[in-house]
Amino acid sequence: MHRNPIERFGDTGLYALQDLGRMAIYLAKAIRGLFRRPFRFREVLRQIQFIGAGSLTVIICTAASTGMVLGLQGYYSLHKFGAEGMLGSAVSLTLIMELGPVLTALMVAGRAGSAMCAELGIMRISEQIDALDCMAIDPFRYLISPKFLAALLSVPLLTVIFDVVGIGGGYVAGVTLMGVNPGSYIEGMRSSVTNHDIQLGVIKSFVFGLLVVWICTGRGYFVKEIRGAGFGAESVGRATTQAVVLSSITVLVFDYLLTAVLL
Amino acid sequence: MKKNTLEMIVGLFMIAGLLAFGYLALQLGEVSFLSSSSKYILKAEFDNVSGVKKGAAVQIAGVVVGDVSKIELGKDELAVLSLQIDKGVKVPSDSIASVKSQGIIGDKYIQLSLGGAEKILAEGAVLTETESAIDIESLISKFAFGSAK
Amino acid sequence: MSTAIEFKNVIKAFPKRGGGVQTVLDQVSFSIPAGKTTVIAGGSGQGKSVTLKLILGLMRADGGQIIVQGNDVTTIDGRALEELRTRFGVLFQGSALFDSLTVYENVALPLRERTKKGEKEIQDQVMSTLARLDLTGHENKYPAQLSGGMKKRVGLARALQLKPEIMLFDEPTTGLDPVMTQDIYHLFAETQAQEGFSSIIVSHDIPKVFNLADQVIILHEGKMDVFSSPEEIQWSAKEHIREFVLTTMGEIYQSHLVER
Repeated sequence: MHRNPIERFGDTGLYALQDLGRMAIYLAKAIRGLFRRPFRFREVLRQIQFIGAGSLTVIICTAASTGMVLGLQGYYSLHKFGAEGMLGSAVSLTLIMELGPVLTALMVAGRAGSAMCAELGIMRISEQIDALDCMAIDPFRYLISPKFLAALLSVPLLTVIFDVVGIGGGYVAGVTLMGVNPGSYIEGMRSSVTNHDIQLGVIKSFVFGLLVVWICTGRGYFVKEIRGAGFGAESVGRATTQAVVLSSITVLVFDYLLTAVLL
Repeated sequence: MKKNTLEMIVGLFMIAGLLAFGYLALQLGEVSFLSSSSKYILKAEFDNVSGVKKGAAVQIAGVVVGDVSKIELGKDELAVLSLQIDKGVKVPSDSIASVKSQGIIGDKYIQLSLGGAEKILAEGAVLTETESAIDIESLISKFAFGSAK
Repeated sequence: MSTAIEFKNVIKAFPKRGGGVQTVLDQVSFSIPAGKTTVIAGGSGQGKSVTLKLILGLMRADGGQIIVQGNDVTTIDGRALEELRTRFGVLFQGSALFDSLTVYENVALPLRERTKKGEKEIQDQVMSTLARLDLTGHENKYPAQLSGGMKKRVGLARALQLKPEIMLFDEPTTGLDPVMTQDIYHLFAETQAQEGFSSIIVSHDIPKVFNLADQVIILHEGKMDVFSSPEEIQWSAKEHIREFVLTTMGEIYQSHLVER
């Protein structure tokens, strides 16, 4: 089948537009599902355990190493100006406003997002979602909305844990290893971080949590509609890859936008 | 038992998250709801407050005793700063407020030099003896003409 | 004879890869009588599963009307569709059991979610259905631990819980050996006699469902033909029906004739 490039370009454009519309309707249904009765409290708990508690190890490891690297890097840069006293402030602000929310979202996308996408994708191709529909059980209320709620609760909490562990890592690298004055690390941090910075971090983490769970579950739910993904097990694999890549990129783009708007 | 472990894990996770959030909010953020009631406001008129930002520190002998809560333009084209100062700090009426900077490019702050008068300034009173910001150009020119060592 | 489902000039088309459209159903009209068994047959890609999805409102038709028990599925709103779906029982091709739930939980799910019954009542009903379908002792297993035939029976048990008026079977015997196939069809006939539902069986191998069918619908290139008995198919004058008979049901059909 030979088609000219313009036609193909137009096709891709139409597909992207359709996909966006589909995802928007999906989001609306997922939010509506939160308010439908009966509310599946235990399922929300299970998902928090999976998305939140299950990601703790990854988050703590990433946060500790990121914090230590920041401490070390910051020390070398600031040392040149004799401004080691700024280390606490530099590490904490970077973590709270940027790295905490972004890295947490990326980790959650890679760990929990991919699993959620594959789960829904398999349920779709094995007709389990159709079965729910046929039993007149809203798949959003039953399956998807609990994941949304759990992610919206877990990602901000993971982010603040990331921040605190990262600040601790920075302390270890800067104070314990490089010999920065502990008082100036903590005081510098205390005097420079404002409520506004913390608010920015929390808002970001909420938005990122929503983006990750939305894109990842959505790719799984629409596994049959994804163009060029093929069929069966292969399509689930492709959808999962797409979910992680797409949600990571979206998080990075939104990070810039939110910083620009809210800073 | 299986059911209980789920709730426990989720509970532990929530507590860890909330503790971390509490640490950020209470240790690093400004805890305004705890401290605002124990402060009082003094006003100070300056010719020039260039470089002073809202939230800048107010120091006495190098100790932070409050911050700048408002910057506005008063009558006679004077800049009026509202200084939010800890209740325990008594400021005599002949005290001098001056704009200083931390290092040559550092943040501006307000230095209060306490006087010896009997009368203590009350809430809302105005400090009129002030020293305005030194702009860096005059500093450089002094240095260039050798009057500063 | 009352009508359970009626198709009136239904059109359904899909965009083909690389442009153009493929018309799967081209102005198809037929009716499915209540309380009887209708078999929808046809080669793969001829729109059998699409027909099922249209009936359930999982897909919207591009034209025409689909009347299910007096409701037009093509124009119905979400809430009414949900209500309508509770009157259906569906056995999916792969059984569509929920992997994370046990056999018992799978069967109890529609009762827990769609009725106000207490846990005791649910347990009684589930256990009696499981016993009837010879599944006692397997209630705590997960779907991954079951054989294909057992999955079908669990799927059937789940579909029966809300006392459906219409049962839909999507390729009920794919992946089953001939003996199992016989058993499953036997089970269908038995439960239908007990519950009195109308059933629609979608299958690519009609010979095996001959004994059950009151009516056979053959889909071919967007058109369809209705036969009131298996014999009628044999004597059809249409070229593609003869071909279909020869290719897909040749041997068994011949043996069926020899028996007479």
